[in-house]
Parts: sequence; C-alpha cells; structure tokens
Amino acid sequence: MSRQFLPVSRRRFLQSTTLGAAAAATGILHAPAVLRAQGAPVKVGVLHPVSGALSYSGQQGRIGAVMAIEEINAAGGIKALGGARIEAVLGDAQSTPEGGNAEVEKMNGAGVAAIVGGYASGICLAASQTAARYDLPYIVDVGVVDAIVTRGLKNTFRFGPGFGVIAKTALDNLVTINDQAGKAAKTVMIVHEDSAFGAGLAKLLNAQLPERGFQILETIAHPTPTRDFNNVVLKIRAQNPDLVIPANYYNEYVLLARTMQQQRVRPKGIYSVLGGAASSYKFVKEFPEAAQYIMDCNHWFDPKNPKALALKKKIEEKGEFYTYEVYMNYSCVLLLADALERAASADRAKVIGALESSTFAGHVMPYGPTKFVNGQNQGAAPVNTQVINNDIQVIFPAAFASAKPVFPMPRA
Amino acid sequence: MRRFAPILIVLALLATVPLVTSSNVVLNFLVVALLIALVGQGWNLLGGYGGQYSFGHAAFFGTGAYATAILQVHYGINAWLGLFMGIAAGALVGAVIGALSFRSGLKGSYFALVTLAFAEVLRIIASVAPITGAGVGTLIKLDLRPEAFQFQSRAPFYWIILAMVGLSLVLVRMIEDSRFGAYLVALRENEDAAQALGVNTTMVKLLAMTISAAITAAAGCFYAQYFLFIDAGIAYGPWISVEALLAPIIGGIGTVVGPLLGALVVKTLGEATKLVTGDAPGLDLVIYGSVLILVVAFAPRGITGILLDLRHRLVSRKPAAPASLGRGHG
Amino acid sequence: MLSSVILVPAVLNGLMTGAVYALIALGLTLIYGVLHIINFAHGALLTAAMFAAFFAHKLLGLDPYVAALGLTPLFFLLGYGLQRFVIGPAAHGEDRNILLVTLGLAVVIENALLYAFRADTRTINLPYAFDVVEVGTAFLAVPRVVAFFVVVAVALALWLIMRWTDTGKAIRAVAKEKRGAELAGIDVAHIYAVTFGLGTACLAIAACLLIPTYYVNPQAGNAFVLIAFTIVVLGGMGSVTGALIGGLFVGVVESLSSLYLGESLGQIGIFAMFILVLLFRPSGLFGERA
Repeated sequence: MSRQFLPVSRRRFLQSTTLGAAAAATGILHAPAVLRAQGAPVKVGVLHPVSGALSYSGQQGRIGAVMAIEEINAAGGIKALGGARIEAVLGDAQSTPEGGNAEVEKMNGAGVAAIVGGYASGICLAASQTAARYDLPYIVDVGVVDAIVTRGLKNTFRFGPGFGVIAKTALDNLVTINDQAGKAAKTVMIVHEDSAFGAGLAKLLNAQLPERGFQILETIAHPTPTRDFNNVVLKIRAQNPDLVIPANYYNEYVLLARTMQQQRVRPKGIYSVLGGAASSYKFVKEFPEAAQYIMDCNHWFDPKNPKALALKKKIEEKGEFYTYEVYMNYSCVLLLADALERAASADRAKVIGALESSTFAGHVMPYGPTKFVNGQNQGAAPVNTQVINNDIQVIFPAAFASAKPVFPMPRA
Repeated sequence: MRRFAPILIVLALLATVPLVTSSNVVLNFLVVALLIALVGQGWNLLGGYGGQYSFGHAAFFGTGAYATAILQVHYGINAWLGLFMGIAAGALVGAVIGALSFRSGLKGSYFALVTLAFAEVLRIIASVAPITGAGVGTLIKLDLRPEAFQFQSRAPFYWIILAMVGLSLVLVRMIEDSRFGAYLVALRENEDAAQALGVNTTMVKLLAMTISAAITAAAGCFYAQYFLFIDAGIAYGPWISVEALLAPIIGGIGTVVGPLLGALVVKTLGEATKLVTGDAPGLDLVIYGSVLILVVAFAPRGITGILLDLRHRLVSRKPAAPASLGRGHG
Repeated sequence: MLSSVILVPAVLNGLMTGAVYALIALGLTLIYGVLHIINFAHGALLTAAMFAAFFAHKLLGLDPYVAALGLTPLFFLLGYGLQRFVIGPAAHGEDRNILLVTLGLAVVIENALLYAFRADTRTINLPYAFDVVEVGTAFLAVPRVVAFFVVVAVALALWLIMRWTDTGKAIRAVAKEKRGAELAGIDVAHIYAVTFGLGTACLAIAACLLIPTYYVNPQAGNAFVLIAFTIVVLGGMGSVTGALIGGLFVGVVESLSSLYLGESLGQIGIFAMFILVLLFRPSGLFGERA
C-alpha cells in the first residue's frame, strides 16, 4: 500500500470540499472531474402531477425543473458544496392531493433537501403541509390559492404570484389599458371555470370591478370539462359586452374562443385572466385567427431577459411549447440552487433560512426584487400579454413590454 | 368469541406496525390503504351482503368529509364532535337516498345508476354552494393538537384509522351473525323468496344502506382531518365510489376481511407498478389495469376465494367445491 | 331578459349537441340492452376513437368524415374482439366481474393513450370549422349541423338493422330471452360480441363528428359518459329510438337549464331529471322495455 499518495489526495479532497467554489472558479485546482465532483449530491424532490387530469401541465413543469437541474449540474453543480450535483427525485402526484402527499413522504424518506413543484393548488396545499411536518423546504411552482402561504407554514415558499396579487394586477392593468384607450370598455362579462382558480378569481373581480367603473353584465361559471360553449356565447352575443373576461383552463378556453369566432362575437376586447390564448404559443399556432388581439394577464417570462430567450429556444428545439409551467419551475429550481449556495449546506433549516433572506435575481421572470414575506415573494406579479400578428407580446407593464397594446380590437 | 379471534389477531398485528417501523412512507401508505378499507367495508355491507351495488358511495364519503370540515371551520365545533356529527350526516344522506330508491323498487343497474346520479348532484352542489367554499374548497386550519384531531406524528392517525377499521370489522361480523344479517343475505340470494317469507326487504335494505353510509362517512371525516383540505372533486368525485367497490370485490365480496385485504392488495399493486415503471406517466396504470383484469379472470371470487380454495386443498387434498358466493368467513 | 332571440338558438344548439350525445348513448344502450352490463370502458373507447380520427387527419390528411368510413369497421372489429376475447372470457358471466373488467379496460386504454401521446390537448383546424348555417337568429356551425344529420341517419340505419336483418333479430332475441335464444341455436357469445362491436362502432362515428369542433386528450371521452348514462336511462335501456329522442331531449334540457341556471348548476338539471325518471319511471320515458 503506497502511503505516500494519501496526503496528496486528502489535500485535494479538502480543497475540493472547503474551497471548492473558489478553487474551481479560479482554476487553481486542476483535479480530474471525478475529484471536483466529490461533494455528495444534493437530492431535490421534483413533484408534479404527470399522470391524471393535470398531466399536461405536470409534464411541462417537470421539463422546466429538470432542465434547470441539468444546467446547474453542467455548470459545476452547487459550488458552495464542492460542486455537488443536484439529483432530481421525481415524483408523480397523480393529479390528486393524496398522491402528492404520498410522494412527499417518499421524498422525505429519500432524504431530499427541498421539494419544488405541486402545480395545482390542492396538491400544493396537501404536499407543503406534509413537508412542514419534517421542516422540509417546499417551493410552490404555480399553485395560486392564497391559503397556500397564509397558513403560517415556515417551510413553504411561493415564488410566483397568488390570486390576490394576480387579480389586483389584472384589474389595475386593465384600468390603465382602458384609460389609455379613452375608456373604450364599460361593460364586462366574466366566464370562469368553477373550481378553486376560476371561482376565486371571479369572486375578486366581482368585488372590485364595479369600484373601478366597470359594469358587470353577467358572471358565468362553467365546470371543467365543459362540452359545449354555444350557450355561453349566446348569452355574450345577446348582452353584447364591451369586454369578455375568461378565466378557465386551456381546453375550455379553446372551445370558448372557437365558439365565439363561429358565432361571430367580436367584443372590443377579450381580456383573459390566467390561461388564455395570449399565454399559449400552442393556441396561437393552431388558431391564429381566433387568437388575434386577445389579451391576457398571466404568468409570463421576461422577454428582455436573454436567459429566458435561450431557454425558450432550447425548449422549442425539443419540440415542446414554452408554457408558463416550464419557466416557472425552471426559475423555482434556480431559486433553490441559489439558496443552497448561500446556505452552503443541504441542511433543511439552513435552506429555509437562506430562502427567507433570498434576494435572488437570476431567474427568468418579469418580477420585481425577490423578497419573501411569510413565504410569499413580494416581487412576483403577472404581466399582460397580447397576441399580435401570430406572436405573443408583453404589453404591460412598460418595463417589460415588447409592444404597445392594440385595444379596442380593430374591426376586420 | 372464536368468530372474532381472527379479526383481533389481524388488528393486533397491524397495530404493532408503528412500533416496528418509523418510516412515514410506510405509515402513510397504510393509512391510505386503511382509509380505503373503511370506505370499502361500508360498500361491502350493502353491496357484498345485501347485493345492492352502489356506484355512488362518494355521496356518503363526501358528506362526512364536508360535515366535519364545515362544522369546524364555520361553526367552531370540535373536530372529535365533528367526527360523530359527520358520521350522522352521512347516515342521514344514506337513509334518504335509500328510502327514495328502495321505495321505488330500484335494483341492479338502476340502483347503481341512481346512486351515481345522487353523488354527482351532491358534487355539483358542493362545487357551487358558498358554505362548502364552492370551487375553492374547504381548508381546515392546521392545529396540531390531539384535542383538535390533528397529530404531529403519523402514528396516532394510523392507530385511529386502524381502530375505525377494527370497529367496522367487528360490526360487520356481528351483523353477519345476527338475524338482520341473515335477512340481508337472504334478500341478496332471492329477494322475492325473502319477501314471501315475511322479511320486510325494503326496511332491511334501508337499514343496511344507512349503516353502510355511516361507515363510509367515517372514512370521509378521517380524510378531512388527515389531509385538512377537501374540494368537491375530492369529496364527491367518482374516484372514491370506484375505490369503494374495487377493494371489496378484489378482496372478496361479502366477507368480513375482504375489503381490508382488497385495499391492501390494490394499494400495494399501485405502488409496485409505479416502482417497476419508474417515471413513465401512464405506464404504471396500464399495468395496474391489466392486472385488475387478470385478477378478475383468474380469481373471480377475490383473494378470499383464493385463500379459501388453498385452505380447502390443504385440508382435504381435493379440489375445492365451488363455495356459494360470499359464504366464506375469511 | 331571455327572449326568443336567445331561446331559439339555444334550443337549436341543444339539438345539435344532443345528437352527438345520442350517438354515444346509442352505443351504450345497445350494449346495455343486450349484455345487461354497464360498460365503464365506453368513455375510454371514445377517446381512443378520437385519437384515431385525429391521427387520420394529421398523418394521412384524411378529413374526419372520410376517416369515419374506415374507422367505423375498424372499431367494430375492436369492440367485437374486446368482448369475444377479453371481457367475455374474463368475466365468467358475472355482472360484477364485467364491471371490473370494463373498469380495468378503461384504465388500460386511457393510460396507454397517455403514455403514447402524452397529455397534450390536440385539436384540428379544418377550413370549414368556422363556417355557419344561419337559421333565423341562430348561427349553427357547419360541423354540428353535419353531425346532427349523420346521427339521425346512423340511428335510422341501426333501427333498420335491428328490425330487418337476421343479426338484428338475433340481437333482439338474445336481449329478450337469452336462454330461449340459445335453445333456438343462436350463438350467444357471437351475438354479444357483435353488439359490443356495434356499440363501439357508434363511438368511432361519434368521434369523427366531434373532432372538428372538439379537442382530444387522454381524458376527453370521459366528459360524455355520465350524460350518455342519463340518456340511456331516459330513453329506456336498450332502446334505439329511446336513445335518439332521449339524446336530443337531454341536449335541449341541458342547453336551457344552463341558460337559466348557469353552466355549473345547469348540470344538475340533467341529473335531477335522471334521478326523477329512475325513481318514478325506471323503464324510461320512451322505454320499450326495462
């Protein structure tokens, strides 16, 4: 046994763990890759509903999260942990809260440092609560129900905006856009799906729109799935509102927009809140005519951020659509990686501490400065997008805008 | 007492699980399996013993869950009290649906469809009524105190659901041995004959449905406390109606331990297929469904049937005589 | 507020939608009437047919109405095979087993589609999808009008088959008196499979009628299952004419109740009707037999 090799390798080992980041960055250490990667991998739970009713969104979310993890690993892993690789522990919530809950138990058993994902509010509520039992940091990717962050769970963080903020922003922006157009719209009809997300939004809109000088002609709730929108559109046609505000999921949105086109219903504007045509490249590609000039207040990436555009290119090269689930999960993983760097540890309490004090700016979202208060990122806000000539442009707020709003819709 | 000994042995063995393993993955898995066993036991009383196939046990599960949740959230009623009120509410819904359907003489597929429709109506109402939180659902406040029927650790939850399952096992065994149980089986085998012998079949079915609903509602109450969040799709969705009938049919319909066995096997199968297929969305459920078909094809009397055959073979060294359906005492 | 300007189009819409419901229910009611089983796989088979129609358009460039000519016999064979070689043998003639087998089939089909095609919602954009026929104040999309007339034709064809062909007579014989039919030399297993095949073939046509205005994903067919059950019960289980009239009726009721009660609560109108019919007239409103 050649003892003389031992000190060398031990010194290298120490260097790679304690000085890893600096050493690797400045190139002092020319150890082979095997040695550089000696920090034990950090396990991160990636939880999405990849089967069942929500599987499309879940699968998109997983793509975003996994892509971020691959990029982090390719760029040298978590440097403060000696270039530790992130190891994704994938979980399928099967589109149910019980499924999400069971996966959290498994992930906890597998020793993950944190969990990212959930997608649906119901899954996020159950999963984050289970994670709280183990003081396991949980980053909500989408789940917009406000109760997610108002339960006083110290482990739960939401990087994106919740209902309250989304509805308020949607409203403020609508008023501004409408004012700029000389108050073109006065009457409104709301069409929303009747589960947590649509019903919650409709409630907020109903409380606030009248105060802002709009008259709500009618609020129409519909279940998911709804097979036929002809009657909804009939009502819209009969009451002829200036503005239609849909808040529903993609499938129902497609049917609604197509039926409106069939029935020749052209209000002055369609202003969708969460999940309309103006936040779906797929819809714009498949139904360019029905999509033209639709506005949307939704999660969106920062069109001026080169990283966001690079990601877009990468996703589209894979033949996937660049949907909000992708970049929100991508950003959430980056947020977590940053916290791991600053905590310089995979210890759960330390990661929670690092998330609480996070000012992370390396994400791809059009958000203000990152600051968590009771787990909610105060900088998070949706933006307004509009379909203009077969592309989706950000039209508001001005700081992120890539085009000016076209409102009211020009009559063809 | 001898008739209860096997039940008590099984319960005692299951009760030691938290002492043997501290894995919450295992405990959580067992809690969910026991929850399904309880739902299934409710279904089994009416469907297995009484031969009335309900496709709408979600109606009772959901009523139990919502009653517990709403009483706590809106009326500040203690969760333990809420549990009993939830069970009572479920029983009431069962009695009402039962009274309406049995008085109209609905049986077979007609009964199955009417229960399905009732569950759907309740689901739709829950998705629009303000008291249930409409589409947003109802969130029970996190309050980890035993007085509030919430626990920091999984073990107490496990023992509680085990106790509930245990009670349901004992109750069904007692019914099996009672005159009421005999009437129930008689009407399953031949309703006209039972009626001719002077059995008030409508009353017997109604009573069975009420108890059945109460058992299933208890599972709903537990669900609400365990997950602290319900919405219309969870509480009244068709998924729970399917679980309710799957467990007893797989385990052995019309037997005391059938639902428990079935729930454990179905849930284990679900987990196993997930392990085998890794993260290929959908593939695990393809295998799950295929195995389900194979089980039905080759073990039409459920697992209890297989076990009985085996025992018979071991004892008599002869092929088991085809025992009449559901007569086994697992 | 809701004048005839809106009422007439709503009724017409209900008829158009109801026609497709009727076709899906036709398949279900045939299977129920003869085999006395509740086919849980009906929704999943509809989804499979919708995927088939989608890919026929996408890969082969076939118009859905043309694709229907090929898919209908194909799905007849699929249904025939499923009943003959899977459901029949696995079920041992027990109702509850049939229930489980069809449930298992539904799980397998739905998830195989998920595994193969992922959960994307897919739509096809046909040049005539946005053309409309104007009837008074109503705009009716061309594909929906086509669907209406195709369904009426299919129902008529089915009725003729049931009434005048030997197979149709055999099917009716098995439905009425299985033992007697067996004694009369009818191959019951074959007739069961033919019936299941016919029911599945109806789904293929329904899928081709739906796809121009609807979408497909691995769950798409499920949305039509409960409503189909309602129609089956309403029309009288096993009745072809009942399913057609029941479908149109339910379409109109759904349309009107969603108009007055809202889309969410409007669904209750259908189920309330469903429950009331079951409780007070279980042979169906237009039932020939129960």
